[in-house]
Amino acid sequence: MEKSLTWREFIITRLIQTSGYSAIVFVALIFFFLIREGIPTLGEVDMSSLFNLRWYPIEDYFGILPLLTGSLIVTVGAGLIAVPFGIGTAVYISEIAPRWMREILKPLVELLGGLPSVVLGFLGILVLSPFIRVFLDLPTGLTALTGSILLGGIAVPTVVSVAEDALDAVPRAYREGAWALGATRWQTIWRVTLPAAKSGVLTAVMLGVGRAIGETMTVMMVTGNAPVLALKLGSLFSPVRTMTATIAAEMGEVANGSTHYHVLFFIGMVLFLISLGVNIAASSVVFRAKKRAERILS
Amino acid sequence: MKYIFARNRHLVQRIGFTSITLVAFATVIPIVATVIYILIKGGPAISLEFLSGFPHDGMRAGGILPAIIGTLYLTLGTAIFSVPLGIAAAIYLSEYAADTPLTRTIRIAIINLAGIPSVVYGLFGLGLFVLFLKFGTSILAASLTLSIMTLPVIISTAEESLRSVPQAFRTVSISLGATRWQTIRRIVLKEALPGILTGVILGLERAAGETAPILFTGAAFFLPRLPGSPFDATMALPYHLFVISTQVPEMPIKIQYGTALVLLFFVLTMNLIATVIRSRARAKRQW
Repeated sequence: MEKSLTWREFIITRLIQTSGYSAIVFVALIFFFLIREGIPTLGEVDMSSLFNLRWYPIEDYFGILPLLTGSLIVTVGAGLIAVPFGIGTAVYISEIAPRWMREILKPLVELLGGLPSVVLGFLGILVLSPFIRVFLDLPTGLTALTGSILLGGIAVPTVVSVAEDALDAVPRAYREGAWALGATRWQTIWRVTLPAAKSGVLTAVMLGVGRAIGETMTVMMVTGNAPVLALKLGSLFSPVRTMTATIAAEMGEVANGSTHYHVLFFIGMVLFLISLGVNIAASSVVFRAKKRAERILS
Repeated sequence: MKYIFARNRHLVQRIGFTSITLVAFATVIPIVATVIYILIKGGPAISLEFLSGFPHDGMRAGGILPAIIGTLYLTLGTAIFSVPLGIAAAIYLSEYAADTPLTRTIRIAIINLAGIPSVVYGLFGLGLFVLFLKFGTSILAASLTLSIMTLPVIISTAEESLRSVPQAFRTVSISLGATRWQTIRRIVLKEALPGILTGVILGLERAAGETAPILFTGAAFFLPRLPGSPFDATMALPYHLFVISTQVPEMPIKIQYGTALVLLFFVLTMNLIATVIRSRARAKRQW
Protein backbone atom coordinates (compact mmCIF):
# COMPACT_ATOMS: atom_id res chain seq x y z
CA MET A 1 0.00 0.00 0.00
CA GLU A 2 2.64 2.38 1.18
CA LYS A 3 4.83 1.42 -1.72
CA SER A 4 2.16 1.74 -4.44
CA LEU A 5 1.32 5.18 -3.13
CA THR A 6 4.88 6.42 -3.53
CA TRP A 7 5.05 4.85 -6.97
CA ARG A 8 1.92 6.64 -8.08
CA GLU A 9 3.23 9.83 -6.62
CA PHE A 10 6.50 9.36 -8.50
CA ILE A 11 4.79 8.78 -11.84
CA ILE A 12 2.45 11.73 -11.43
CA THR A 13 5.31 14.00 -10.47
CA ARG A 14 7.24 12.94 -13.57
CA LEU A 15 4.19 13.52 -15.76
CA ILE A 16 3.70 16.99 -14.34
CA GLN A 17 7.38 17.77 -14.81
CA THR A 18 7.26 16.64 -18.44
CA SER A 19 4.21 18.82 -19.06
CA GLY A 20 6.11 21.69 -17.52
CA TYR A 21 8.88 21.30 -20.06
CA SER A 22 6.42 20.99 -22.94
CA ALA A 23 6.39 24.70 -23.71
CA ILE A 24 10.11 24.61 -24.53
CA VAL A 25 9.59 21.51 -26.67
CA PHE A 26 6.80 23.18 -28.63
CA VAL A 27 8.74 26.37 -29.34
CA ALA A 28 11.66 24.24 -30.50
CA LEU A 29 9.40 22.05 -32.65
CA ILE A 30 7.76 25.07 -34.26
CA PHE A 31 11.12 26.59 -35.08
CA PHE A 32 12.45 23.25 -36.34
CA PHE A 33 9.56 22.71 -38.74
CA LEU A 34 9.72 26.27 -40.03
CA ILE A 35 13.43 25.83 -40.72
CA ARG A 36 12.95 22.38 -42.22
CA GLU A 37 10.43 23.64 -44.74
CA GLY A 38 11.74 27.19 -45.10
CA ILE A 39 15.52 26.87 -45.43
CA PRO A 40 15.42 25.11 -48.85
CA THR A 41 14.35 28.54 -50.11
CA LEU A 42 17.94 29.73 -49.86
CA GLY A 43 19.05 27.04 -52.28
CA GLU A 44 16.21 27.56 -54.71
CA VAL A 45 15.90 31.32 -54.85
CA ASP A 46 18.99 33.50 -54.92
CA MET A 47 19.38 36.38 -52.51
CA SER A 48 19.03 39.16 -55.06
CA SER A 49 15.70 37.71 -56.17
CA LEU A 50 14.49 37.27 -52.60
CA PHE A 51 15.09 40.93 -51.85
CA ASN A 52 13.61 41.98 -55.13
CA LEU A 53 10.74 44.42 -55.36
CA ARG A 54 8.43 42.02 -57.12
CA TRP A 55 6.23 39.36 -55.55
CA TYR A 56 4.72 37.41 -58.39
CA PRO A 57 5.12 33.70 -57.56
CA ILE A 58 3.44 32.38 -60.71
CA GLU A 59 6.39 33.70 -62.73
CA ASP A 60 8.92 32.85 -60.03
CA TYR A 61 9.34 36.38 -58.69
CA PHE A 62 9.75 35.92 -54.95
CA GLY A 63 10.70 39.41 -53.78
CA ILE A 64 9.61 39.65 -50.14
CA LEU A 65 10.37 43.36 -49.74
CA PRO A 66 6.85 44.51 -50.71
CA LEU A 67 5.44 42.11 -48.10
CA LEU A 68 7.86 43.32 -45.42
CA THR A 69 7.02 46.95 -46.08
CA GLY A 70 3.31 46.07 -46.27
CA SER A 71 3.47 44.50 -42.81
CA LEU A 72 5.53 47.42 -41.57
CA ILE A 73 3.21 50.18 -42.73
CA VAL A 74 0.07 48.46 -41.45
CA THR A 75 1.73 47.75 -38.10
CA VAL A 76 3.05 51.30 -37.68
CA GLY A 77 -0.43 52.61 -38.45
CA ALA A 78 -1.94 50.20 -35.95
CA GLY A 79 0.60 51.27 -33.34
CA LEU A 80 -0.21 54.94 -33.87
CA ILE A 81 -3.83 54.12 -33.07
CA ALA A 82 -3.41 51.49 -30.38
CA VAL A 83 -0.80 53.33 -28.28
CA PRO A 84 -2.72 56.55 -27.50
CA PHE A 85 -6.09 54.84 -27.21
CA GLY A 86 -4.72 51.89 -25.28
CA ILE A 87 -2.66 53.89 -22.80
CA GLY A 88 -5.38 56.54 -22.50
CA THR A 89 -7.93 53.88 -21.65
CA ALA A 90 -5.56 52.20 -19.21
CA VAL A 91 -4.91 55.53 -17.44
CA TYR A 92 -8.64 56.24 -17.32
CA ILE A 93 -9.50 52.80 -15.93
CA SER A 94 -6.70 52.71 -13.40
CA GLU A 95 -6.44 56.34 -12.27
CA ILE A 96 -9.55 58.34 -13.09
CA ALA A 97 -12.65 56.18 -13.43
CA PRO A 98 -14.89 55.61 -10.43
CA ARG A 99 -15.04 52.02 -9.23
CA TRP A 100 -18.37 51.12 -10.86
CA MET A 101 -17.19 52.48 -14.19
CA ARG A 102 -14.05 50.36 -13.93
CA GLU A 103 -16.16 47.26 -13.37
CA ILE A 104 -18.02 48.00 -16.61
CA LEU A 105 -15.09 49.05 -18.77
CA LYS A 106 -12.68 46.23 -17.97
CA PRO A 107 -14.93 43.40 -19.19
CA LEU A 108 -15.81 45.44 -22.29
CA VAL A 109 -12.16 45.84 -23.26
CA GLU A 110 -11.66 42.12 -22.61
CA LEU A 111 -14.63 41.51 -24.87
CA LEU A 112 -12.82 43.29 -27.69
CA GLY A 113 -9.89 40.95 -27.11
CA GLY A 114 -12.21 38.02 -27.55
CA LEU A 115 -13.84 39.18 -30.79
CA PRO A 116 -12.71 36.80 -33.54
CA SER A 117 -10.48 38.62 -36.03
CA VAL A 118 -12.58 37.27 -38.88
CA VAL A 119 -15.63 39.12 -37.52
CA LEU A 120 -13.66 42.38 -37.46
CA GLY A 121 -12.46 41.71 -41.00
CA PHE A 122 -16.02 41.03 -42.08
CA LEU A 123 -17.23 44.33 -40.64
CA GLY A 124 -14.18 45.98 -42.18
CA ILE A 125 -15.29 44.86 -45.62
CA LEU A 126 -18.93 45.78 -45.20
CA VAL A 127 -18.80 48.90 -43.02
CA LEU A 128 -15.36 50.47 -42.58
CA SER A 129 -13.95 50.19 -46.09
CA PRO A 130 -16.99 51.72 -47.90
CA PHE A 131 -16.86 54.52 -45.34
CA ILE A 132 -13.15 55.15 -45.96
CA ARG A 133 -13.61 55.03 -49.74
CA VAL A 134 -16.36 57.67 -49.65
CA PHE A 135 -14.92 59.77 -46.84
CA LEU A 136 -11.39 60.04 -48.29
CA ASP A 137 -12.57 59.83 -51.90
CA LEU A 138 -10.34 56.88 -52.81
CA PRO A 139 -10.75 54.38 -55.66
CA THR A 140 -10.99 51.55 -53.14
CA GLY A 141 -11.63 51.34 -49.43
CA LEU A 142 -9.45 48.24 -49.05
CA THR A 143 -6.29 50.08 -48.00
CA ALA A 144 -3.44 49.88 -45.51
CA LEU A 145 -5.28 52.49 -43.45
CA THR A 146 -8.38 50.28 -43.15
CA GLY A 147 -6.15 47.47 -41.95
CA SER A 148 -4.35 49.77 -39.52
CA ILE A 149 -7.56 50.96 -37.91
CA LEU A 150 -8.86 47.43 -37.34
CA LEU A 151 -5.47 46.14 -36.22
CA GLY A 152 -5.25 49.05 -33.83
CA GLY A 153 -8.53 47.82 -32.38
CA ILE A 154 -7.13 44.31 -32.08
CA ALA A 155 -3.99 45.55 -30.31
CA VAL A 156 -5.86 47.82 -27.88
CA PRO A 157 -6.99 45.13 -25.38
CA THR A 158 -3.41 43.85 -25.05
CA VAL A 159 -2.06 47.36 -24.48
CA VAL A 160 -4.82 48.23 -22.01
CA SER A 161 -4.53 45.14 -19.86
CA VAL A 162 -0.73 45.11 -19.61
CA ALA A 163 -0.48 48.89 -19.11
CA GLU A 164 -3.25 48.84 -16.53
CA ASP A 165 -1.47 46.11 -14.58
CA ALA A 166 1.67 48.22 -14.62
CA LEU A 167 -0.16 51.33 -13.39
CA ASP A 168 -1.90 49.26 -10.74
CA ALA A 169 1.42 47.99 -9.46
CA VAL A 170 2.68 51.50 -8.67
CA PRO A 171 2.59 51.75 -4.86
CA ARG A 172 -0.11 54.00 -3.52
CA ALA A 173 2.48 55.81 -1.42
CA TYR A 174 3.99 57.32 -4.59
CA ARG A 175 0.70 58.98 -5.42
CA GLU A 176 0.06 60.06 -1.85
CA GLY A 177 3.52 61.58 -1.72
CA ALA A 178 2.81 63.65 -4.80
CA TRP A 179 -0.58 64.76 -3.51
CA ALA A 180 0.93 65.74 -0.19
CA LEU A 181 3.35 67.99 -2.04
CA GLY A 182 0.37 69.74 -3.55
CA ALA A 183 0.33 68.17 -6.99
CA THR A 184 -3.03 67.77 -8.63
CA ARG A 185 -4.19 64.27 -9.59
CA TRP A 186 -3.42 65.10 -13.23
CA GLN A 187 0.13 66.18 -12.40
CA THR A 188 0.55 63.04 -10.31
CA ILE A 189 -0.49 60.85 -13.21
CA TRP A 190 1.94 62.44 -15.65
CA ARG A 191 4.87 63.17 -13.36
CA VAL A 192 4.75 60.27 -10.93
CA THR A 193 2.53 57.32 -11.79
CA LEU A 194 3.22 56.99 -15.51
CA PRO A 195 7.00 57.42 -15.15
CA ALA A 196 7.00 54.84 -12.35
CA ALA A 197 5.10 52.40 -14.55
CA LYS A 198 7.25 53.25 -17.58
CA SER A 199 8.71 49.81 -18.21
CA GLY A 200 5.37 48.07 -17.89
CA VAL A 201 3.78 50.54 -20.27
CA LEU A 202 6.63 49.97 -22.72
CA THR A 203 6.03 46.23 -22.49
CA ALA A 204 2.36 46.85 -23.17
CA VAL A 205 3.21 48.77 -26.32
CA MET A 206 5.62 46.10 -27.52
CA LEU A 207 3.19 43.26 -26.92
CA GLY A 208 0.42 45.21 -28.65
CA VAL A 209 2.61 45.86 -31.67
CA GLY A 210 3.66 42.20 -31.67
CA ARG A 211 0.00 41.25 -31.76
CA ALA A 212 -0.55 43.57 -34.72
CA ILE A 213 2.36 42.20 -36.79
CA GLY A 214 1.04 38.67 -36.41
CA GLU A 215 -2.62 39.37 -37.16
CA THR A 216 -3.72 37.52 -40.26
CA MET A 217 -7.39 37.27 -41.12
CA THR A 218 -8.36 40.90 -40.64
CA VAL A 219 -5.51 42.26 -42.75
CA MET A 220 -6.04 39.67 -45.41
CA MET A 221 -9.70 40.68 -45.69
CA VAL A 222 -9.36 44.46 -45.68
CA THR A 223 -6.00 45.57 -47.05
CA GLY A 224 -6.65 44.75 -50.70
CA ASN A 225 -3.68 42.37 -50.98
CA ALA A 226 -1.66 44.21 -53.61
CA PRO A 227 2.04 43.35 -53.24
CA VAL A 228 3.48 46.80 -53.96
CA LEU A 229 6.36 48.47 -52.19
CA ALA A 230 4.91 50.67 -49.45
CA LEU A 231 7.44 53.25 -48.36
CA LYS A 232 5.71 56.60 -48.70
CA LEU A 233 3.04 58.02 -46.46
CA GLY A 234 0.66 57.86 -49.41
CA SER A 235 0.92 54.07 -49.37
CA LEU A 236 -1.33 54.22 -46.33
CA PHE A 237 -4.19 55.05 -48.69
CA SER A 238 -3.58 52.31 -51.22
CA PRO A 239 -3.83 48.52 -51.05
CA VAL A 240 -0.90 46.62 -49.56
CA ARG A 241 -0.20 43.01 -48.75
CA THR A 242 1.32 41.80 -45.51
CA MET A 243 3.48 38.75 -44.81
CA THR A 244 0.79 37.04 -42.78
CA ALA A 245 -1.88 37.60 -45.43
CA THR A 246 0.42 36.24 -48.14
CA ILE A 247 0.93 32.99 -46.27
CA ALA A 248 -2.76 32.61 -45.48
CA ALA A 249 -3.91 33.44 -49.00
CA GLU A 250 -1.40 31.40 -50.95
CA MET A 251 -0.53 28.34 -48.87
CA GLY A 252 -3.80 26.65 -49.77
CA GLU A 253 -2.95 26.70 -53.46
CA VAL A 254 0.70 25.72 -53.66
CA ALA A 255 2.07 22.25 -54.26
CA ASN A 256 3.81 20.77 -51.21
CA GLY A 257 7.56 20.93 -51.65
CA SER A 258 7.53 23.52 -54.46
CA THR A 259 9.70 26.63 -54.33
CA HIS A 260 6.65 28.77 -53.63
CA TYR A 261 5.80 26.47 -50.68
CA HIS A 262 9.31 26.82 -49.28
CA VAL A 263 9.27 30.60 -49.66
CA LEU A 264 5.99 30.81 -47.74
CA PHE A 265 7.58 28.83 -44.91
CA PHE A 266 10.58 31.13 -45.12
CA ILE A 267 8.25 34.11 -44.58
CA GLY A 268 6.78 32.20 -41.63
CA MET A 269 10.29 31.85 -40.26
CA VAL A 270 10.84 35.60 -40.57
CA LEU A 271 7.56 36.22 -38.72
CA PHE A 272 8.55 33.74 -36.01
CA LEU A 273 11.90 35.47 -35.50
CA ILE A 274 10.23 38.90 -35.35
CA SER A 275 7.78 37.73 -32.69
CA LEU A 276 10.59 35.99 -30.81
CA GLY A 277 12.59 39.25 -30.81
CA VAL A 278 9.64 41.37 -29.72
CA ASN A 279 8.68 39.02 -26.90
CA ILE A 280 12.17 38.50 -25.56
CA ALA A 281 12.72 42.27 -25.62
CA ALA A 282 9.38 42.84 -23.89
CA SER A 283 10.04 40.28 -21.17
CA SER A 284 13.57 41.48 -20.54
CA VAL A 285 12.23 44.99 -19.94
CA VAL A 286 9.87 43.58 -17.31
CA PHE A 287 12.63 41.50 -15.81
CA ARG A 288 14.98 44.48 -15.49
CA ALA A 289 12.28 46.64 -14.00
CA LYS A 290 11.42 43.95 -11.47
CA LYS A 291 15.05 43.70 -10.42
CA ARG A 292 15.25 47.44 -9.96
CA ALA A 293 12.07 47.47 -7.91
CA GLU A 294 13.44 44.72 -5.70
CA ARG A 295 16.63 46.71 -5.19
CA ILE A 296 14.71 49.81 -4.19
CA LEU A 297 12.43 47.94 -1.81
CA SER A 298 15.13 45.91 -0.08
CA MET B 1 7.89 73.17 -7.59
CA LYS B 2 7.08 75.99 -9.94
CA TYR B 3 5.25 73.48 -12.10
CA ILE B 4 3.23 72.07 -9.22
CA PHE B 5 1.87 75.47 -8.26
CA ALA B 6 1.19 76.72 -11.77
CA ARG B 7 -1.88 78.93 -11.55
CA ASN B 8 -3.87 77.16 -14.22
CA ARG B 9 -3.17 73.64 -12.93
CA HIS B 10 -6.77 72.92 -12.04
CA LEU B 11 -7.91 74.00 -15.47
CA VAL B 12 -5.22 71.77 -17.00
CA GLN B 13 -6.45 68.89 -14.88
CA ARG B 14 -10.02 69.41 -15.96
CA ILE B 15 -9.07 69.48 -19.65
CA GLY B 16 -6.79 66.49 -19.19
CA PHE B 17 -9.38 64.37 -17.38
CA THR B 18 -12.00 65.23 -19.96
CA SER B 19 -9.79 64.24 -22.86
CA ILE B 20 -8.65 60.97 -21.26
CA THR B 21 -12.28 60.15 -20.51
CA LEU B 22 -13.16 60.86 -24.12
CA VAL B 23 -10.32 58.62 -25.33
CA ALA B 24 -11.53 55.79 -23.10
CA PHE B 25 -15.08 56.14 -24.37
CA ALA B 26 -13.89 56.39 -27.97
CA THR B 27 -12.22 53.03 -27.36
CA VAL B 28 -15.15 51.32 -25.70
CA ILE B 29 -18.12 52.64 -27.65
CA PRO B 30 -17.07 51.04 -30.98
CA ILE B 31 -16.84 47.67 -29.19
CA VAL B 32 -20.39 47.94 -27.92
CA ALA B 33 -21.55 49.33 -31.27
CA THR B 34 -19.96 46.40 -33.13
CA VAL B 35 -21.77 43.84 -31.01
CA ILE B 36 -25.12 45.64 -31.22
CA TYR B 37 -24.76 46.20 -34.96
CA ILE B 38 -24.18 42.50 -35.62
CA LEU B 39 -27.07 41.60 -33.32
CA ILE B 40 -29.42 43.88 -35.27
CA LYS B 41 -28.23 42.93 -38.74
CA GLY B 42 -27.85 39.22 -38.05
CA GLY B 43 -30.94 38.71 -35.90
CA PRO B 44 -33.42 38.39 -38.79
CA ALA B 45 -31.33 35.62 -40.39
CA ILE B 46 -31.58 33.36 -37.37
CA SER B 47 -34.19 30.65 -37.79
CA LEU B 48 -34.43 26.97 -37.02
CA GLU B 49 -33.67 26.17 -40.64
CA PHE B 50 -30.57 28.40 -40.57
CA LEU B 51 -29.23 26.73 -37.45
CA SER B 52 -30.10 23.15 -38.36
CA GLY B 53 -29.84 23.02 -42.15
CA PHE B 54 -27.03 22.41 -44.61
CA PRO B 55 -25.93 25.16 -46.99
CA HIS B 56 -27.12 24.79 -50.58
CA ASP B 57 -27.06 26.75 -53.86
CA GLY B 58 -23.32 27.28 -53.49
CA MET B 59 -23.87 28.38 -49.84
CA ARG B 60 -26.15 31.20 -50.91
CA ALA B 61 -29.11 29.57 -49.19
CA GLY B 62 -29.85 27.10 -46.43
CA GLY B 63 -28.23 26.82 -43.02
CA ILE B 64 -24.85 26.59 -41.34
CA LEU B 65 -25.22 23.44 -39.24
CA PRO B 66 -21.99 21.79 -40.43
CA ALA B 67 -20.01 24.90 -39.52
CA ILE B 68 -21.57 25.04 -36.04
CA ILE B 69 -20.93 21.35 -35.40
CA GLY B 70 -17.41 21.69 -36.80
CA THR B 71 -16.56 24.52 -34.41
CA LEU B 72 -17.95 22.46 -31.52
CA TYR B 73 -15.76 19.51 -32.52
CA LEU B 74 -12.67 21.69 -32.89
CA THR B 75 -13.24 23.39 -29.53
CA LEU B 76 -13.77 20.04 -27.85
CA GLY B 77 -10.72 18.55 -29.56
CA THR B 78 -8.62 21.51 -28.46
CA ALA B 79 -9.87 21.09 -24.89
CA ILE B 80 -8.95 17.38 -24.81
CA PHE B 81 -5.29 18.14 -25.53
CA SER B 82 -4.68 21.56 -24.08
CA VAL B 83 -6.57 21.41 -20.77
CA PRO B 84 -4.75 18.48 -19.08
CA LEU B 85 -1.38 19.52 -20.49
CA GLY B 86 -1.88 23.19 -19.62
CA ILE B 87 -3.02 22.53 -16.07
CA ALA B 88 -0.21 20.03 -15.47
CA ALA B 89 2.34 22.56 -16.74
CA ALA B 90 0.84 25.22 -14.48
CA ILE B 91 1.05 22.85 -11.48
CA TYR B 92 4.68 22.22 -12.29
CA LEU B 93 5.50 25.93 -12.48
CA SER B 94 3.57 26.87 -9.36
CA GLU B 95 4.16 23.86 -7.08
CA TYR B 96 7.37 22.13 -8.14
CA ALA B 97 9.68 24.39 -10.13
CA ALA B 98 12.47 26.20 -8.33
CA ASP B 99 13.78 29.46 -9.74
CA THR B 100 16.45 27.92 -11.95
CA PRO B 101 17.65 28.92 -15.43
CA LEU B 102 15.56 26.04 -16.77
CA THR B 103 12.38 27.41 -15.20
CA ARG B 104 13.17 30.83 -16.60
CA THR B 105 13.59 29.25 -20.03
CA ILE B 106 10.16 27.63 -19.66
CA ARG B 107 8.65 31.01 -18.85
CA ILE B 108 10.29 32.65 -21.84
CA ALA B 109 9.05 29.79 -24.02
CA ILE B 110 5.49 30.34 -22.77
CA ILE B 111 5.68 34.07 -23.46
CA ASN B 112 6.95 33.30 -26.95
CA LEU B 113 4.25 30.72 -27.62
CA ALA B 114 1.71 33.40 -26.75
CA GLY B 115 3.26 35.81 -29.23
CA ILE B 116 3.68 33.56 -32.27
CA PRO B 117 1.37 34.73 -35.08
CA SER B 118 -1.62 32.48 -35.58
CA VAL B 119 -0.79 31.87 -39.23
CA VAL B 120 2.64 30.58 -38.20
CA TYR B 121 0.84 28.02 -36.01
CA GLY B 122 -1.01 27.09 -39.18
CA LEU B 123 2.27 26.52 -41.03
CA PHE B 124 3.63 24.49 -38.13
CA GLY B 125 0.48 22.36 -37.99
CA LEU B 126 0.73 21.77 -41.71
CA GLY B 127 4.38 20.78 -41.45
CA LEU B 128 4.13 18.55 -38.37
CA PHE B 129 0.61 17.14 -38.08
CA VAL B 130 -0.72 17.20 -41.63
CA LEU B 131 2.38 16.22 -43.59
CA PHE B 132 5.01 14.73 -41.28
CA LEU B 133 2.68 12.70 -39.04
CA LYS B 134 0.32 12.17 -42.01
CA PHE B 135 -2.89 13.09 -40.19
CA GLY B 136 -4.05 14.89 -43.35
CA THR B 137 -6.23 17.99 -43.20
CA SER B 138 -8.34 16.76 -40.34
CA ILE B 139 -10.10 17.68 -37.13
CA LEU B 140 -7.24 15.96 -35.30
CA ALA B 141 -4.51 18.05 -36.96
CA ALA B 142 -6.48 21.29 -36.52
CA SER B 143 -7.29 20.55 -32.86
CA LEU B 144 -3.67 19.77 -32.06
CA THR B 145 -2.56 22.98 -33.75
CA LEU B 146 -5.15 25.02 -31.84
CA SER B 147 -4.17 23.26 -28.60
CA ILE B 148 -0.58 24.42 -28.76
CA MET B 149 -1.79 27.94 -29.54
CA THR B 150 -4.15 27.85 -26.54
CA LEU B 151 -1.59 26.38 -24.16
CA PRO B 152 0.11 29.63 -23.03
CA VAL B 153 -3.24 31.21 -22.11
CA ILE B 154 -4.24 28.21 -20.01
CA ILE B 155 -0.82 27.79 -18.37
CA SER B 156 -0.42 31.43 -17.36
CA THR B 157 -3.95 31.91 -15.97
CA ALA B 158 -3.92 28.54 -14.20
CA GLU B 159 -0.52 29.23 -12.67
CA GLU B 160 -1.68 32.59 -11.44
CA SER B 161 -4.69 31.13 -9.68
CA LEU B 162 -2.66 28.25 -8.20
CA ARG B 163 -0.18 30.75 -6.82
CA SER B 164 -2.93 32.81 -5.25
CA VAL B 165 -3.83 29.90 -2.93
CA PRO B 166 -2.22 30.84 0.41
CA GLN B 167 0.91 28.92 1.38
CA ALA B 168 -0.60 28.07 4.76
CA PHE B 169 -3.13 25.74 3.11
CA ARG B 170 -0.28 23.61 1.79
CA THR B 171 1.66 23.68 5.05
CA VAL B 172 -1.35 22.51 7.06
CA SER B 173 -2.16 19.72 4.63
CA ILE B 174 1.42 18.42 4.58
CA SER B 175 1.66 18.61 8.35
CA LEU B 176 -1.45 16.43 8.60
CA GLY B 177 0.46 13.73 6.75
CA ALA B 178 -0.77 14.26 3.21
CA THR B 179 1.73 13.76 0.43
CA ARG B 180 2.62 16.54 -1.93
CA TRP B 181 0.39 15.26 -4.70
CA GLN B 182 -2.53 14.69 -2.31
CA THR B 183 -2.13 18.25 -1.12
CA ILE B 184 -2.14 19.57 -4.66
CA ARG B 185 -5.08 17.49 -5.79
CA ARG B 186 -7.36 17.84 -2.76
CA ILE B 187 -6.46 21.30 -1.50
CA VAL B 188 -4.65 23.52 -3.98
CA LEU B 189 -6.47 22.46 -7.15
CA LYS B 190 -9.83 22.61 -5.42
CA GLU B 191 -9.25 26.15 -4.21
CA ALA B 192 -7.83 27.33 -7.53
CA LEU B 193 -10.52 25.68 -9.65
CA PRO B 194 -12.63 28.75 -10.53
CA GLY B 195 -9.56 30.66 -11.67
CA ILE B 196 -8.32 27.72 -13.71
CA LEU B 197 -11.74 27.28 -15.28
CA THR B 198 -11.82 30.96 -16.26
CA GLY B 199 -8.46 30.61 -17.98
CA VAL B 200 -9.50 27.42 -19.75
CA ILE B 201 -12.67 29.01 -21.11
CA LEU B 202 -10.86 32.16 -22.25
CA GLY B 203 -8.25 30.02 -24.00
CA LEU B 204 -10.87 27.88 -25.72
CA GLU B 205 -12.80 31.00 -26.68
CA ARG B 206 -9.76 32.17 -28.59
CA ALA B 207 -9.40 28.77 -30.26
CA ALA B 208 -13.07 28.74 -31.28
CA GLY B 209 -12.76 32.08 -33.03
CA GLU B 210 -9.46 31.47 -34.82
CA THR B 211 -9.27 30.97 -38.55
CA ALA B 212 -5.62 31.17 -39.60
CA PRO B 213 -4.37 28.06 -37.71
CA ILE B 214 -7.05 25.84 -39.26
CA LEU B 215 -6.80 27.22 -42.80
CA PHE B 216 -4.37 24.53 -43.94
CA THR B 217 -4.76 22.00 -41.14
CA GLY B 218 -8.42 21.06 -41.04
CA ALA B 219 -10.87 23.53 -42.50
CA ALA B 220 -13.01 22.57 -45.47
CA PHE B 221 -14.67 25.01 -47.86
CA PHE B 222 -17.85 22.97 -48.10
CA LEU B 223 -18.85 19.47 -47.03
CA PRO B 224 -22.11 17.78 -47.98
CA ARG B 225 -22.19 15.82 -44.71
CA LEU B 226 -20.97 16.07 -41.14
CA PRO B 227 -17.45 14.80 -40.38
CA GLY B 228 -17.55 11.17 -39.25
CA SER B 229 -14.13 10.74 -37.64
CA PRO B 230 -11.27 12.82 -36.26
CA PHE B 231 -9.44 12.21 -39.55
CA ASP B 232 -12.06 14.07 -41.59
CA ALA B 233 -11.78 17.71 -42.50
CA THR B 234 -14.53 19.93 -41.16
CA MET B 235 -16.31 23.19 -41.81
CA ALA B 236 -15.96 25.77 -39.03
CA LEU B 237 -17.78 28.99 -38.23
CA PRO B 238 -14.87 31.46 -38.51
CA TYR B 239 -13.59 29.92 -41.71
CA HIS B 240 -17.11 29.78 -43.11
CA LEU B 241 -17.58 33.48 -42.39
CA PHE B 242 -14.30 34.19 -44.16
CA VAL B 243 -15.34 32.11 -47.16
CA ILE B 244 -18.80 33.59 -47.59
CA SER B 245 -17.62 37.16 -47.09
CA THR B 246 -14.70 37.02 -49.53
CA GLN B 247 -14.84 33.99 -51.81
CA VAL B 248 -18.46 33.58 -52.83
CA PRO B 249 -19.80 36.14 -55.29
CA GLU B 250 -23.35 37.44 -54.85
CA MET B 251 -23.58 36.09 -51.36
CA PRO B 252 -26.78 37.27 -49.63
CA ILE B 253 -25.77 39.79 -46.98
CA LYS B 254 -28.32 38.40 -44.52
CA ILE B 255 -26.63 35.01 -44.31
CA GLN B 256 -23.25 36.68 -43.79
CA TYR B 257 -24.51 38.69 -40.84
CA GLY B 258 -26.36 35.65 -39.52
CA THR B 259 -23.15 33.61 -39.56
CA ALA B 260 -21.23 36.44 -37.88
CA LEU B 261 -23.92 36.59 -35.20
CA VAL B 262 -23.79 32.85 -34.48
CA LEU B 263 -19.98 33.00 -34.19
CA LEU B 264 -20.21 36.04 -31.96
CA PHE B 265 -22.84 34.34 -29.81
CA PHE B 266 -20.57 31.32 -29.41
CA VAL B 267 -17.62 33.41 -28.34
CA LEU B 268 -19.52 35.88 -26.16
CA THR B 269 -21.30 33.09 -24.29
CA MET B 270 -17.95 31.58 -23.37
CA ASN B 271 -16.69 35.02 -22.38
CA LEU B 272 -19.75 35.60 -20.20
CA ILE B 273 -19.44 32.22 -18.49
CA ALA B 274 -15.80 32.94 -17.70
CA THR B 275 -16.64 36.38 -16.31
CA VAL B 276 -19.44 34.99 -14.14
CA ILE B 277 -17.28 32.17 -12.74
CA ARG B 278 -14.54 34.63 -11.89
CA SER B 279 -16.72 37.20 -10.19
CA ARG B 280 -18.65 34.56 -8.20
CA ALA B 281 -15.42 32.96 -7.04
CA ARG B 282 -14.10 36.36 -5.99
CA ALA B 283 -17.24 37.08 -4.02
CA LYS B 284 -17.15 33.70 -2.27
CA ARG B 285 -13.45 33.68 -1.48
CA GLN B 286 -12.64 33.75 2.21
CA TRP B 287 -8.89 34.30 2.06
